[in-house]
Amino acid sequence: MSGSFDFVVNGRSVSVTCDGSVPLLTVLRDHLGLRGTKFGCGTEQCGACMVLIDGKPEYSCSREAQTVEGKAIVTVEGLWNGEELSALQEAFLGEQAGQCGYCLPGILISATALLDKNRNPSRADIIAALDPHLCRCGIQNRVVRGVQKAAAMIAAERSAGARS
Amino acid sequence: MISNTLPLSLIDNPILSQWIAFEENGRVRVGSGKVEIGQGILTALTQIAAEELDVRPDQINLVSGQTDVSPAEGFTSGSYSIAVGGASIRLVCAEVRSLFLERLAETLRCPAGELSIENGKFLRSGKDTGRDYWSMAGEIKLERRASGTAPVKAPSSYRIVGKHLPRLDLPAKIRGSGFIHDIVVENMLHARVLRQPWRGAHLAALDENAVRKAAKHPVEILREGEFVALTSDSEIAVMRSSEAARTLARWEGGSPPPSNVGTREWLKAEKSRDKVTDIGHRGPAPIGRTVEAEYSRPFLTYGSIGPCCALAEWKDNALKVWSHSQGPAVLRDWLARALGLPAAQVTVLHRQGSGAYGHNTADDAAFDASYIAMRHPGRTVRVQWSREDEFGASPISTAMAIKLRAVLDKDNRPADWSIEIWSPPHAQRPGMNGNSNLTGAAALPNAPPLNPLGDVPDERGGGATRNAVAIYDLPRHRMIHHMLPEVPMRTSSLRGLGAWANVFAIESFIDELAEIAGEDPVSYRLSLLSDPRPRRVVETAARMSGWFEQRRLPEGRARGFGFARYKNIASFAAVVVEIEAEEDIRLKKIWCAADAGLVIAPDGAKNQLEGGIIQGASFVMREQVKFEDGRVSTDTWEDYPILRFSDIPEIEIEVIDNPNEPTLGLGEASVGPTGAAIGNALARALGRRVRDLPLTRERITATLLAD
Repeated sequence: MSGSFDFVVNGRSVSVTCDGSVPLLTVLRDHLGLRGTKFGCGTEQCGACMVLIDGKPEYSCSREAQTVEGKAIVTVEGLWNGEELSALQEAFLGEQAGQCGYCLPGILISATALLDKNRNPSRADIIAALDPHLCRCGIQNRVVRGVQKAAAMIAAERSAGARS
Repeated sequence: MISNTLPLSLIDNPILSQWIAFEENGRVRVGSGKVEIGQGILTALTQIAAEELDVRPDQINLVSGQTDVSPAEGFTSGSYSIAVGGASIRLVCAEVRSLFLERLAETLRCPAGELSIENGKFLRSGKDTGRDYWSMAGEIKLERRASGTAPVKAPSSYRIVGKHLPRLDLPAKIRGSGFIHDIVVENMLHARVLRQPWRGAHLAALDENAVRKAAKHPVEILREGEFVALTSDSEIAVMRSSEAARTLARWEGGSPPPSNVGTREWLKAEKSRDKVTDIGHRGPAPIGRTVEAEYSRPFLTYGSIGPCCALAEWKDNALKVWSHSQGPAVLRDWLARALGLPAAQVTVLHRQGSGAYGHNTADDAAFDASYIAMRHPGRTVRVQWSREDEFGASPISTAMAIKLRAVLDKDNRPADWSIEIWSPPHAQRPGMNGNSNLTGAAALPNAPPLNPLGDVPDERGGGATRNAVAIYDLPRHRMIHHMLPEVPMRTSSLRGLGAWANVFAIESFIDELAEIAGEDPVSYRLSLLSDPRPRRVVETAARMSGWFEQRRLPEGRARGFGFARYKNIASFAAVVVEIEAEEDIRLKKIWCAADAGLVIAPDGAKNQLEGGIIQGASFVMREQVKFEDGRVSTDTWEDYPILRFSDIPEIEIEVIDNPNEPTLGLGEASVGPTGAAIGNALARALGRRVRDLPLTRERITATLLAD
């Protein structure tokens, strides 16, 4: 059952040797030491484990690891470069969009995917994109404002870049 | 005025050095027994300490919930952390500041009035003296009792308290780190425990071979009495094997709850201890129109997104435990008792978990990890609960039935008022009633029998009776409390304990009385509120929402009002909810006004109030833990829907500026008023009232059909 498979995580090629039927989340957290992605329910119902697989937000808690052979994964650790936070993370800090913070890594992933395809999302667009995510502290409205703020920050950067 | 009487935390930890030390790196270590559970307490306490010491917030190193160095402050619960823990830190820091300044005045032979402090440096008439806290720390002995008499700053001079300081813990969390779940150590041993489905259940059969096979990796099975632990160097192996064990285990005996558990009928048929409390004048009962109504709430769970987790290591005759317990020092003492160790051999180190909204399984996980660690000396044992066990084996927030009765005078005001409550206790945290209340310990052979249960005493805020006394001007008030001590489950705390159900009942009833009187529900409330402070909160919410102006709403829409002062001593909150209702409720907009006295962290206060609004709405609209065949049948989030992004409307919050009043706890203040406002809005939309929670489509339909 144990085998070796290759994929890309946060821009880095990795090769993992393990039982390929274990969840992708287990490989990320236990084999690769990427502890940012969280276990919440294990049944794809809360969104704490969301990662990008080839640019699409996907649950990692019950998806078999071997199914990501050759694919590109992004986790919360891949949203920033180790020094500078992403605009989305900055915007979340600006809005103080957090209480306990456990749901944030997953939410940041889905919001990143949204902003990649929709530069100017409406409140309804944001809610639709984030609806798979449960948050028990009640930071949903702050998160929505954070995503809107990030969209504005990215737009401002783009127009500044276009001018220079 | 901010009072100078000693808060409880300071009485329990009277020595200044238990709270504060000047570290060599130019920082001040401030200890706290209160812990971060997602509410932002670390930031707010840092603000208080920095303010009184005149240092920058980044010069404070707040060490929280480490039983070897932090003061013991019981549990982080009941909205006490700022009011009691924060007040203690304020007094300690004010005293330390005074001691240093007195000493410096002596040294420089100058009046203390010439001295001031900036960023921890001592100034004389505004000029640097070359001295600071750290260079003088050797001259001041802090191993002395706090007097609590040093002058504290006037709120009007605050530079840090009441101003915005971004949450100190958020930068780590935005990167996905900072949680106990993420700790990795060498040689970690993963473990998971099979849980008894009900109290006293005996494991009649377990196919261990099938359990091992499911793991697809070597696992060890540890069995002691009804305690069954699966351990492995692979977490996925213990997850897989424990899922299999859960399905395979056959249980018998004990006390499984009956099929009607949680209903009004069940509550009223349970054995009870009864207490009657009268307030106001007695004498002959007034005569007039009598109104009665009964309300109920079901069993609920806190439902943190992350399951509870703990690590423990038994080495050199000492137990070290990492836990997100709400009461690290209490946990240390009860772990020690349950494990037969002296407390001095146990250290509990608080690490942050997923949000806590009530008694969760953090303490249970800590016991699991500790017990297993003592059988694997030198290994660090990590236990993380499953989502299913979080629903099925966690402390549960109890169902309640509440009956209200009023005799109205000729003006339709209550001349006589009574509230009757049927409820099991709302607090079975470690140590309460002299029980460890650790679920793993109860499964061991020769577990001590359970001491008789009591509820939180009324003088400490009450459990089922919390907020049972209505805040209104009521000339005669009777409370009848039926405490149900023998229910077969571990009923314990959820945000507000009995408060939000009582507020739901009282505020619903007030609306029912207003309707009888033919008056606007807000005007009716104001006619029963003579105290200007609560009046102002009610009036502010009415103004924010345009309550009196916006009478005609679109078809299908309605507004409701709810108001309470949490515990009748903490923060005031008034909430207006606008809904759209047919068979189901859609929230359209929510307004909230609150008075919390002196606010330490303004944005944190709003964040807490908004969180309470959303959780309170979720409680009354959706939530119920269900039972089947003697056990919890709620297994997944599909069985236990909570409000999601698409359910949550825009929310406006106004915190009334009241800096000269003492800080009032606010983390639980908005929950009850929100639920009540939703119930009242629904009653206005339907023309019928749903009195049994949750306000689901099925309940609404049943109520409409019943009439």
